[in-house]
Amino acid sequence: MTTHLVSDTAILTGRSLRHITRSLDTIITTALTPIALMLLFVYVFGGAIHGASTPGGSYVDYLLPGILLITIASGVSYTGFRLFMDMRSGMTERLRSLPIARPSVLWAHVVTSLVGNALSLVIVILVALAMGFRSGASVLAWLAIAGMLMLFTLALTWIAVIPGLAANSPDGASAFAYPLILLPFISSAFVPTDTMPGPVRAFAEHQPVTSIVDTIRDLYAGQPVGSGIWIALAWCVGITVAAYAGAMVTYRRKTS
Amino acid sequence: MTANSAIEIRGLTKSFGDLAVLRGVDLGVARGSIVALLGSNGAGKTTIVRILATLLAADAGAATVAGFDVQTQAEDVRRSIALTGQFTAVDEILSGRENLVLVAQLRHLTDPGAIADRLLDRFALRDAATRRVSTYSGGMRRRLDIAMSLIGDPAVLFLDEPTTGLDPEARLEVWRAIKDLAGRGTSVLLTTQYLDEAEHLADRIAILHEGRILVEGTLAELKQLLPAATVEYVEKQPTLEEVFLAVIGHRDAQSGNDHHAVPHIGGRSPATKEAQT
Repeated sequence: MTTHLVSDTAILTGRSLRHITRSLDTIITTALTPIALMLLFVYVFGGAIHGASTPGGSYVDYLLPGILLITIASGVSYTGFRLFMDMRSGMTERLRSLPIARPSVLWAHVVTSLVGNALSLVIVILVALAMGFRSGASVLAWLAIAGMLMLFTLALTWIAVIPGLAANSPDGASAFAYPLILLPFISSAFVPTDTMPGPVRAFAEHQPVTSIVDTIRDLYAGQPVGSGIWIALAWCVGITVAAYAGAMVTYRRKTS
Repeated sequence: MTANSAIEIRGLTKSFGDLAVLRGVDLGVARGSIVALLGSNGAGKTTIVRILATLLAADAGAATVAGFDVQTQAEDVRRSIALTGQFTAVDEILSGRENLVLVAQLRHLTDPGAIADRLLDRFALRDAATRRVSTYSGGMRRRLDIAMSLIGDPAVLFLDEPTTGLDPEARLEVWRAIKDLAGRGTSVLLTTQYLDEAEHLADRIAILHEGRILVEGTLAELKQLLPAATVEYVEKQPTLEEVFLAVIGHRDAQSGNDHHAVPHIGGRSPATKEAQT
């Protein structure tokens, strides 16, 4: 029954958004790690890194895109956790035994992840502004940045759905986030890739984070984005499609 | 399939890998009756309920619920049923009222708030309506769980071990709620591993063992399967449950527990039994 897909997803999203508003700590802890990293890199390492190797502007301008991606990577682990709790408590079964559009059970968690991560991203950007981040980007460029961040959230959220469905413990449902959080470190997020030794550099330049970080950096610097944006979009769409397919297979396996 | 059947099951089989959980189950539930499916852990009770609730596909055999085939008319089946699973599936972060409103909204009923309020009154949860469910006792959670199942007046209700893990007092509360339901014409398939629960609540009892229904009938019919009763004189000792209920001042204990008039043929006390996994 697809007639109620949108309304059922909206009702269930309302439910899981209440989980967020009633435990605001999930938003705050999601934002806390990236903010701490941002403080560390700007005020401790930044003096040594900046100027020596990073081009123009302030270092907070340079590293913010990577910090935003780390925020999303740590935020989606809560999606895995919330889904796991629904699976374990029998809530998923209860919902699936109701006359609702069944895909709404998963889509509600995905939409909730988009909203929750958007809130965390706003908090991190506000802290960055307080630390001296400035951008002369146009409204259109900011919309493009928002769209890019949403696509990246969507991609990582569908990855998060898989352990959320399959895990046997709450830790298992959220532990997948750690490698995702580390990805920006082996990319152009904190330092340019040219000083890295061969194999590391090759990995850094060909993994999704670098193209996304470079694109966002160009967008808020008000510079033309070049062909990098297509590589970034291809990564986001590709990961979303692959993770969605994986999530569907896992869902069918866990519910039959 | 007859017009007055709430549930009809024919030759149902289901295996998980090499493990044959159901090996040809036949069972019928008449409209408006309570049938207890009795069996030990792992007998396949939950598997039957999950197949009937369209959560799981059977390997072979057929089942209809409220006249609809579970395989080909799953959507119609879901519109006719409600499931109270083995684990109290309530949202702990929402309040009791919000849980009820959620289900009413998902069933696309008009005025979910009024429906929620009526059920809160009926299940004596009015005072706790706006509190988060995480603060509820086990008995309150189960009552809320059952109340959520009744939204939209489903014709058929599945109760999968509704009193597992509850203390004796909460169990009596749930029993009253179930009896009340049957009085309103809802057909109930109840699974339980407590023999006294089946005796107390069910019109008919089916005993499931190793994936097959061994016997099925009314309590009186099942008793006739054994040799005629012999008369023995035994000193009547109160059971620990009677002592427990009398000491905590529960009214049912003083008015005599009719479900204890018949001796147990086995089974463990629900109060000490951990939730089945």
